[in-house]
Amino acid sequence: MKLFPIRGGIHPDYRKEETSEEPIVTMPMPGALYIPLQQHIGVSADPLVKQGDRVLKGQLIAGNHLTMSVPQHAPTSGYVRAIAEITAPHPSGLPQTTIIIEPDGKEEWCTLPAPITDPFSTDPEIIRTRVAEAGVVGMGGAAFPSAVKLNLGLRYKLRILLINGAECEPYLTCDDRVMRERADAIIDGARIMAHALGVPRIVVAIEENKPQAIAIMTKAAAGVAEVVAVPVQYPMGSERHLTQAITGQETPARGLTADIGVVVHNVSTACAVHNAIRHGRPLISRVLTVSGHAVRNPKNVETLIGTQVAELIKFCGDFKEAPARLVNGGPMMGNPLPGLGVPVVKGMSGVLALAANEVNEGPEQPCIRCGSCVSICPLGLTPVELVAFVRRDLLDNAEKLGVRDCVSCGSCSWVCPARIPLVHYFNYAKGALNARDRERNKLERVKTMAEAHAERVAKAAMAKQQRAPKNTGASPPPPRGTNEPSAAEKITP
Amino acid sequence: MTTFTVAGKSGPFTHAPNSVQKTMNTVLLALLPAILFNAYLFGLPGIFLFAVTVLSCVVVEAACLLIGGRSVSATLIDGSAVLTGVLLAMSLPPWAPWWIGGLGAVFAIALAKHTYGGLGQNVFNPAMVARVALLISFPVAMTAWVTPHPLFSLHTPSLHEALLITFGTGTPDTVSSASALGLIKTELSRGVPVSEAMKQVPDLMDMAMGYRSGSLGETSAVLILLGGVFLLLRGVISWHIPVGVIGSLFLMASLFHAINPDRFTGGLFHITSGATFLGAFFIATDYVTSPVSNLGKLVFGIGCGILTWVIRTFAGYPEGMAFSVLLMNAMTLIIDQYTRPRVFGRTRSGEPLQHKEKNP
Repeated sequence: MKLFPIRGGIHPDYRKEETSEEPIVTMPMPGALYIPLQQHIGVSADPLVKQGDRVLKGQLIAGNHLTMSVPQHAPTSGYVRAIAEITAPHPSGLPQTTIIIEPDGKEEWCTLPAPITDPFSTDPEIIRTRVAEAGVVGMGGAAFPSAVKLNLGLRYKLRILLINGAECEPYLTCDDRVMRERADAIIDGARIMAHALGVPRIVVAIEENKPQAIAIMTKAAAGVAEVVAVPVQYPMGSERHLTQAITGQETPARGLTADIGVVVHNVSTACAVHNAIRHGRPLISRVLTVSGHAVRNPKNVETLIGTQVAELIKFCGDFKEAPARLVNGGPMMGNPLPGLGVPVVKGMSGVLALAANEVNEGPEQPCIRCGSCVSICPLGLTPVELVAFVRRDLLDNAEKLGVRDCVSCGSCSWVCPARIPLVHYFNYAKGALNARDRERNKLERVKTMAEAHAERVAKAAMAKQQRAPKNTGASPPPPRGTNEPSAAEKITP
Repeated sequence: MTTFTVAGKSGPFTHAPNSVQKTMNTVLLALLPAILFNAYLFGLPGIFLFAVTVLSCVVVEAACLLIGGRSVSATLIDGSAVLTGVLLAMSLPPWAPWWIGGLGAVFAIALAKHTYGGLGQNVFNPAMVARVALLISFPVAMTAWVTPHPLFSLHTPSLHEALLITFGTGTPDTVSSASALGLIKTELSRGVPVSEAMKQVPDLMDMAMGYRSGSLGETSAVLILLGGVFLLLRGVISWHIPVGVIGSLFLMASLFHAINPDRFTGGLFHITSGATFLGAFFIATDYVTSPVSNLGKLVFGIGCGILTWVIRTFAGYPEGMAFSVLLMNAMTLIIDQYTRPRVFGRTRSGEPLQHKEKNP
């Protein structure tokens, strides 16, 4: 198959050999499970159990009927010890409502929904509903509700379901192992998703540095999907770039890959969909990579959602030295872990305990305009100019030069010889611009409401005047002007 | 087990094994063969001037950092002052007196670099600002080219003579000679056609090998080229600026030489003489003062090449590399504005791409 080049990119030290030959091992039952109610992009789920309740494995414990929300299930049988605010694995480090389950060790399943034995002759709507009910999210790291993404076929003319097995982040090997060990489940899940989306063609893209996975997947996909080896070039696994490598087309800025007929799902997500449809099983565990030089025995671990990172580290032989950085995800796009007490969540593809020499941090120096960031930016941005604007808080200029198109892949920060944390600045700018937009929308809404109110008042006054014609001498009360602050104040909710 | 609190810095949590200092060191390494060859070629006075110039640059840098209240040790190790010193020294006449190097350091580091805010902030190439300022202020000292006096040969000055040349009475009149570019220019002004004047300059092979008069570092085209290729291979520079400079200079010169060989020197002569290679690989490629995008670099390089040819051919000065680099430095930010890459998913004008086969 003809591949298309993608712009820029980098070749970091991949260090996948630490775990790539480690088969997936299942972690023993931890002492307690912490299930945050928001592990996804969207709206938090509502708790459906209370303290002291007995829950069964796979039982729905939190959820609501909102589209952009994802339900949570009990990863094992046991008792609800508490529903409390616990620090979540989110860069903010803010606490979040979390259901704490004390396992009873019985692993007693609840009654699961019946498997869908012939998904390909089942109404796609039923498939999507089942995926939503199983709490499946994008497992590559973004944790976007998968069912919402499976709806795209309703609004877009889709050509390709692209299964992302690129795994371009250094260290991470969980997708590699899942592909090697669960290829049939991935292909089945992909076919089910293709049916739900109404897509005729499935392409599985894997970076060339995973030859075993490519071979195994090619065999499993024979006759139903194309397996493509893509060049090792970070960030090949970025949705837009992978789509470009396969189709040669660019996703429009601020748009979706669906705009050009492509939907991208991660390999582990395909696996989760297979489990939800064929076995009725909700997403209660995942495979993740525990690695970094500070960990004694790096591993690929299948662990229950809610397991504390501290227990995960202990399972991998504890630290052999104090880590310089604890990372949730890969070293390029991952987030710092707020601590060891946080639980494993659905979107967590790796836990890295990095030693100082791996992090390779250095003091920030002045920019020497070397232009490396410009030549490697996979989006064609000019980070050197953007950072100058963001530093002076000239957000409009930064926006004009496309700071919002930045996908935070981290290539520019990685390559910068002066060690300027470029992505950090851009994340700040994106956040500030979004906040400004929200503020602007709010003001806009207040203004519209104030105007509507003023109009109503004026109309009422006029009506009153018409009904009382004898009071001709006095002028009617002036309608409240839209600029009058008191009007706005009163209406503001 | 201890608990960790981690500062909330965004990723990445890994970094390329590079740094500003490593980049500067690589450039210095690339210049080393040419420096050693020229030390050999021009003997002790050349070595003295080189040492004085580099040392002065470091001292002036330290003084500027002190005055600016910045950390001297942390900034001095970035190596940029040493590199500026080396490049400046390489553009001076080898037997120039010590104060040329010292004053040059003040022009380069204090005036051209620190008045703008230090490393990364200067608009003009510091070494070239110094060279041009010196050339205009002290035209005699700055054009006193000497024929090679190799170390260990009979002609090489003794330690005593060398000390006198650099720190004392200066260059004896008898040894100075014109550079090839200067000679052609002088002869042309006397009405001697290029074809005649060319007979007096060393043949092109000697010129390329460096066995001729010229500034400290610019004489050995081959060794400079070698260093340039090393920088290209190490990824310190990209091909855009060198190819732009040398290519456009060669094309302009060849074209006009073909039209009128008596008035215009040929392309090969232009690229092997003067500071062409040093300029193309080491001066014009200065990160701080050249554009950031590849297209911008190409435009910048072509501009330097054409201007160099124009100045060499029509202006009062025989060599135009320093002037053309400075002129193009002034254009850098404008070039940057017009040569930004197209953003992914957008048209050149910045609008999101439209796809015809849109949603039903």
